[in-house]
Amino acid sequence: MEIAMENKEEGKDTNNSEISITRRSVLGAGAVIAGAGVLGSKLIDPIAKTAHAAGSDNPIKIGFQAHRTGIGTVYGKWYERTTNAAAKYINKIGGIAGRPVEIITEDDGTDPKRGADVVEKMATQHKVDFVYGTLFSHVVMGSAPRAGELKIPYFVVSEGYHVASGKLNRYVFQPCITDVRSQITAVSNWIFGNLGKNVTIIYPDYAFGYDHRDYASAAAEKSGGKIVAKIPIPMTEKSFTRYFAKIPKNTDVIYHVMVGPGVLTFVREMGEFFGSNHPQLFGFIDSLEGVNISSPGLGFLDGSYFWEAMPRYADGYDTGGARFYRNAVGVNASGASKSDAKDVSTYSHMFGCWETLFAIKEAVEKSGYRSKKDYGDLIETFEGINFFNEGIAHPQGPKIFSGKTHQCFGQQFISKVQNGKLNVVHKTTIADGIYEPETDYTKQSL
Amino acid sequence: MLNWLNDNGPLLFLALLDGTVTAFVLALIALGLSLVFGVMRIVNVAHGELFMLGAVISWFAFDFTSDPLLGFFVALIFAPLIVGSISIFSERIVLRKINYHPESTIVATIGLLYVIQQLTLMYFGPEARPVDAPFYFRIQFPWFGYSGYKLIVAGMSAIFLLGVWFLMKLSKLGLYMRATQQDIEIAKTFGVATDKIYASVFALGGGLAAIAGVLIVPIRQADYLMGLDPLLLSFIVVIIGGLGSIRGTIVAAFIIGISDGIISVFYEPTLAKMLATSLVAMVLVFKPTGLFGEVQA
Repeated sequence: MEIAMENKEEGKDTNNSEISITRRSVLGAGAVIAGAGVLGSKLIDPIAKTAHAAGSDNPIKIGFQAHRTGIGTVYGKWYERTTNAAAKYINKIGGIAGRPVEIITEDDGTDPKRGADVVEKMATQHKVDFVYGTLFSHVVMGSAPRAGELKIPYFVVSEGYHVASGKLNRYVFQPCITDVRSQITAVSNWIFGNLGKNVTIIYPDYAFGYDHRDYASAAAEKSGGKIVAKIPIPMTEKSFTRYFAKIPKNTDVIYHVMVGPGVLTFVREMGEFFGSNHPQLFGFIDSLEGVNISSPGLGFLDGSYFWEAMPRYADGYDTGGARFYRNAVGVNASGASKSDAKDVSTYSHMFGCWETLFAIKEAVEKSGYRSKKDYGDLIETFEGINFFNEGIAHPQGPKIFSGKTHQCFGQQFISKVQNGKLNVVHKTTIADGIYEPETDYTKQSL
Repeated sequence: MLNWLNDNGPLLFLALLDGTVTAFVLALIALGLSLVFGVMRIVNVAHGELFMLGAVISWFAFDFTSDPLLGFFVALIFAPLIVGSISIFSERIVLRKINYHPESTIVATIGLLYVIQQLTLMYFGPEARPVDAPFYFRIQFPWFGYSGYKLIVAGMSAIFLLGVWFLMKLSKLGLYMRATQQDIEIAKTFGVATDKIYASVFALGGGLAAIAGVLIVPIRQADYLMGLDPLLLSFIVVIIGGLGSIRGTIVAAFIIGISDGIISVFYEPTLAKMLATSLVAMVLVFKPTGLFGEVQA
């Protein structure tokens, strides 16, 4: 009912334009971490022992800005499941600094304006301790300034380069998902070295897509490759064949990344256009998140490559932490829901939610945070964190965290589609994706 | 010219192919809107939602039968029946009560749009759900490949369009509809049950939108907001073609479909939409009745 009510507002905006038309119609996100393989259970146990000692039942409220409706719906659904699973586990092991975690979820309609409203509502009405969980970069761009004005820590799980770029503010952190620039920096040598030099890039026409366009171009130049065409596609597009017609004939590799409800149509129409006679295909898994690889018409993807942040298939990264996490969220060995094999997860993104909640837990416990007046200590403590060890709290792998850019660095995976399944063929090191910081948020006042 | 054709021939062919498919589907969706306006003189803003309902029913049929082919035919039969019934129901309890008053019906159908859209959100959910195509094959041309199912969609749309044309020209119901369109008072005088004709037209309009939804969903996926784009395009088509004219609607659907195909392939898809909306403005300024519209009595 809540979804319905909120969406009514979204529909309202859209339909104002319909009214006018109707009237007219009547008239008309360098180094290898020491001890990276630390077992998760060791990390968690000491916390569990101290958990109930603090003696406060006053919950830590975390406002979850969710994409329940709009173009980010599939991601939103899985971000919500992951968040709830993480909160449930954190509460089971004693909460954060002995206080239970309470997740308050609000839909932002995957809309930047509503995103800013949700941040405000979380801060002023729900009186949450932190706001967290935003994915779509245009929503982050629209919401982060409001979080800065309200001086409330805002933890995003977005991949966009916007946090590390210095465009946002000291209250915004992206601690547990690598950014597009780092991802491209890590995999570009592999792409240009193994697949070909002349690359056509197809990307969504908004902030996240521009990060792909800009950093793929920069990486191509460094690796001796060349971007022969850049093809942006509007986010709400539903028909894609016409865009494939724009791909130059001298293209060796099609670098594709697509998001939104049309991703299945996008890959299917690419297959219809090229058949088996296509250039090498390197896609960011975004183009297939939430999509069953064995869907009819996707056979042409066999032999193509995908970047993955965390392998969808369990045998791709079989560690204790990864197994625990997969089971807790309710995902089977093929990356779909345990209760519905047709319900494919957004596995390369949603781990960021799980890990970010544990990062918040670590920072709160280290800083001694109790209430809003401790925000300064919390932020400074967070900026002092240098790494997150791999384990139950960080199942995707170890991470280096930069206090200056509020952004983490982690390992990446390249998988090959073979017999309708993704098989990991390459894993980068954290060092592969490190770049020089362009900003220093620690110099901003609080 | 020959050199140009040599370089761009395949692109032009793709543009025409894509444009033709768009045109047929658009004609099928817009025809329902046009008929409703033509006969009943009301603007059904909820028309796009009836298209969306067709797609959603098709997903349920596919999910229930677990067979793309069987699901497709089940949907093709039941979607227009269900949506037609919803149309009759809303005609009875809403439109009739406000006496088909032109401005009130716009507000009422906007309300209907919200009700259908939000109920779908509540019971179907916010995800875009895929429906497998009943026939999946690819046609390989010398330069590129194309979806065989899309061509089937165009063909089936053409069949349904012909069916409506025959219905209007050759059947007794069609005669009554045309009579009601021309002059409702005289039609009544000659014993035409115009209230039943109104209900039939509204059901037919909804049924056509639902069929278009069933045909398009294997290409696009079903989601609760999918009715907005076709609604806007239908209005564009209907305004250009002339409200109430079947011929005008089909011609305008081809003008918009083919030009959208060519402009999108050679220039930008956004430019195609800009030009289509500018064309609407031009038509409204220079020929407010549309290309084939008649001044209504």
